[in-house]
Amino acid sequence: MSDTPVDADEVRHVAELARVDLDEDEVEEFAARFADILGYFDALDEVPEVDREDELVNVMRPDEVRDGLTQEEALSNAAETEDGFFKGPRVS
Amino acid sequence: MSLNAFITKETLDGSDDGPLAGKSVAVKDNISTEGLRTTCGSAMLEDYVPPYDATVVELLKDAGATIVGKANMDEFGMGTTTETSAFGPTKNPVDESRVPGGSSGGSAAAVAAGEADLALGTDTGGSIRCPAAFCGVVGIKPTYGLVSRYGLVAYANSLEQIGPIAPTVEGAAALLDVIAGPDDRDGTTRDAGTDSNYAAAADGDVEGLTIGVPTEFVEGADEGVEEAFWAALDELEAQGAEYREVSMPSVEKAVAAYYVIAMSEASSNLARFDGVRYGKSGGYDGNWNEAFARAREDGFGSEVKRRILLGTYALSAGYHDKYYAKAQDARAWVKQDFDEAFEDVDVVASPTMPVPPFELGESLDDPLQMYLADANTVPVNLANLPAISVPAGETDGLPVGLQLIGPKFGEETIVRAASAVEN
Repeated sequence: MSDTPVDADEVRHVAELARVDLDEDEVEEFAARFADILGYFDALDEVPEVDREDELVNVMRPDEVRDGLTQEEALSNAAETEDGFFKGPRVS
Repeated sequence: MSLNAFITKETLDGSDDGPLAGKSVAVKDNISTEGLRTTCGSAMLEDYVPPYDATVVELLKDAGATIVGKANMDEFGMGTTTETSAFGPTKNPVDESRVPGGSSGGSAAAVAAGEADLALGTDTGGSIRCPAAFCGVVGIKPTYGLVSRYGLVAYANSLEQIGPIAPTVEGAAALLDVIAGPDDRDGTTRDAGTDSNYAAAADGDVEGLTIGVPTEFVEGADEGVEEAFWAALDELEAQGAEYREVSMPSVEKAVAAYYVIAMSEASSNLARFDGVRYGKSGGYDGNWNEAFARAREDGFGSEVKRRILLGTYALSAGYHDKYYAKAQDARAWVKQDFDEAFEDVDVVASPTMPVPPFELGESLDDPLQMYLADANTVPVNLANLPAISVPAGETDGLPVGLQLIGPKFGEETIVRAASAVEN
């Protein structure tokens, strides 16, 4: 078992952070599964510190204007549009 | 009975001429095809029609290939059996009571059943090699950065690559030749792969090749799988290769590290499916967050929700250092183990999957067991290396795959070694 047991309230909290509604059955099922899976992830506590030798470089390209999607193409998969814009739910 | 290898069966013709002229190719349904719906195996994207082609799809068309459909897959690539697809499971053509492996199960099944000459899959933790092994065909996971990911619907960017599935090593290598190379629309691609001729490396010459066998990859494998594995190595030895045991203690932590990293990246990547720009909206009342959360409840399957939630948890305040930072340490450790192994050997070998193909439905109730089946494939993605799965005999009439792992951009070496296994 993990030393950070996950109860139903914590599953609801994480689901809210992730913007995924769950029904009550899913909350119970996920709480049970998370204990198993997070317990397994505890194996990472035994990983030694390792020097990372990666030489990371940023890959840049000139910021040049080029053809992109047309407005019509960009909107083609939207459920609702208005005056050439995406139309979403109200924000508050 | 249909294998359910395709989610959408529709033909897109390529140019008249090219190295793939006359060849039919199945494309995994998380790779964008202009005008042809691309669902990622998810109800969320059931009606999504991309307005552009992925770079690999442009390359296929230019090479003269005919795309014959979009192959079934685990939802968003999350699964090891192609049973989490919202469009129903794919069956294994070798034994229809069994899974084809995942997540590119539709791609591998289509090739194994002759419904396509070749296929493209994607491999985030073994998703090309696993179904290739379970269906008895060849699959290559290229070095990270060899193939453009532009137009691939992202699951875990730092791990995944598009790669070929084919009946033969030479066929898979020839398809890799078409899709490999730099792309200015994917900043992670490298110059390697320009003017490649991996197909020519499939010459079966393994004289003097040294093969490392990590004991950690073989211990715990199913007995019949292990027998087929050692028989394949003996055969390579008879052709002039030699093998020796190597130790890679890090790989025992690789599965945990892989899932923490993949789930964390998934929780971020899948935030884009909001039902506004694309994805199912459901038309719910309420404010943005409420409507968004309801749409995602309906649109995503259980495994996808599980990974989004676990990833959100692993990245949340108080747990980041415990899970995500530790997983990155483990990733560096795995890379170091491979670097040390390749100082002494040319390739590293293991069974691709430690078990034969599961019965349909067998693994769905126990996600942790399903995750553990990926133990031999995920270290390769953590280290961003190339690997191939080639058929190496059978156990109880079911295919066994041999995995050969190469150093970074060592595609020619693994193609050469794998072609000797076919001899």
